[in-house]
Amino acid sequence: MKIDWDIVLQSIPLLAEGVIVTLQVSAVSAVLGLALGVALGLGALSRNRVTRWVVAAYVDFIRGTPLLIQIFLVFFALPMIGIRFDEFSAGVVALSLNAAAFVAEVVRGGVGAIERGQSEAAKAIGMRHRQLLVYILLPQAYRQMVPPLTNELISLVKNSSLLSVISVYELTRAGQAIISVHFVPFEIYTLLALYYYVLIKALSWLSVQLERRLPTW
Amino acid sequence: MVRPVIQVHGLRKNFGDNPVLRGVSMDVSPGETVVIIGASGSGKTTFLRCLNRLEDPTDGLVRLDGEVVGASVSEKQVAAQISQFGFVFQRFNLFPHLAARDNVAIGPEKVRGLSRSDAQALAEQELARVHMQDHKDKRPSELSGGQQQRVAIARALAMKPRVMLFDEPTSALDPELVQEVLDVMKDLAKDGMTMVVVTHEMSFARDVADRVIYMEDGVIAEEGPPDQLFGAPKTAGAQRFLRHLSHD
Ligand SMILES: Nc1ncnc2c1ncn2[C@@H]1O[C@H](COP(=O)(O)OP(=O)(O)OP(=O)(O)O)[C@@H](O)[C@H]1O
Ligand SMILES: [Mg+2]
Repeated sequence: MKIDWDIVLQSIPLLAEGVIVTLQVSAVSAVLGLALGVALGLGALSRNRVTRWVVAAYVDFIRGTPLLIQIFLVFFALPMIGIRFDEFSAGVVALSLNAAAFVAEVVRGGVGAIERGQSEAAKAIGMRHRQLLVYILLPQAYRQMVPPLTNELISLVKNSSLLSVISVYELTRAGQAIISVHFVPFEIYTLLALYYYVLIKALSWLSVQLERRLPTW
Repeated sequence: MVRPVIQVHGLRKNFGDNPVLRGVSMDVSPGETVVIIGASGSGKTTFLRCLNRLEDPTDGLVRLDGEVVGASVSEKQVAAQISQFGFVFQRFNLFPHLAARDNVAIGPEKVRGLSRSDAQALAEQELARVHMQDHKDKRPSELSGGQQQRVAIARALAMKPRVMLFDEPTSALDPELVQEVLDVMKDLAKDGMTMVVVTHEMSFARDVADRVIYMEDGVIAEEGPPDQLFGAPKTAGAQRFLRHLSHD
């Protein structure tokens, strides 16, 4: 087998443009997904049964369906009811909605793992449910939430490659474009794998740094 | 006659189909110290937890200063009522992410609505009361068990409770740390605090209790002044229990 090094060298900068879009789409989706996910997670911890049920149903739907289908739903089905996006926005919306469900589970799990004595002590000094969450449970939970949230972020970056199917010009789509012109799948897919690998290693490293900086007790 | 601080009437608690409290009635007068003893599983902890609604009673009423506890529909009002019971847990349950002073200040600030500086000042006073003023900036993990329990007592006191409930406050402590906690509790009783204490520390019960209650299978089987209950228990259950205790 013969490797076409010229194509490889030409592709490195071309793919770097795709990396930028991948980072943009992932960053925006991560922020939106985190915000929505924390809100959903608090909903899952609410004392209101209807709120809990709605969140549970949402999480169940997201976990029970393929991301690819969720992307198609946002991109093709929502316009039929009048909600129209460009490719990039549709991609961000789909990834955010998907990530939010997983973040909600992390928040609920993180808070749920705090031992019951903490809630009881807070209740005994007269704290209400919301105060208990804000002052006692969440501050104790967020350090433990960093590793699982990192995993979700990593999934999100990997999942962003699926946006190639709706022509978001992210890393995978950029690679496919080169392949379709030069027919060099081995070289390009290997390069793509390397790019993703480095991105994800960098994220893991950042997460460990962040975790180290959070207070312990 | 003065109105009791706490009036308990016909308190029952089932866990599933396990009846753990089977009709407990008692009053606690202002300034009184009541010690509750009884075998493991007799329902002592459950009784205390039903007073401040850590458990919802299956049946019966608890009144605090004449007001039925938990009757209000507003979460805020029920929480305010609950905060009038100072509760001291066997395992302290301090907030690990907060320094000792903040453990004590958070209730006054967030629940009672004091300003931050007033809450901090109050916390320092309450810490001094339990002789912990020199450790106010330490996190719970930097404190011994006895010190943690004294901070927990200060945290409860800072809510200006009408009554203090103690659930075996020294049973999780190394023996050499028990006395410092008992001393603090004695001082509280001397200062006129109304207290209900589950403990098997007989010296404390003898010295401090106005009344001792012996619980058995979810009911009050016998009660009386400490001299009488320890000296000449009437029921076979109390006799057996006290005999066991003195052999340990
Ligand atoms: N949350 C719960 N769910 C189910 N059963 C419970 C619960 N809490 C207590 N029980 C049961 O209720 C009974 C009384 O328990 P409780 O803790 O009140 O006893 P206790 O007198 O405090 O005992 P100990 O001296 O061991 O602390 C026990 O049989 C216990 O198993
Ligand atoms: Mg107990």
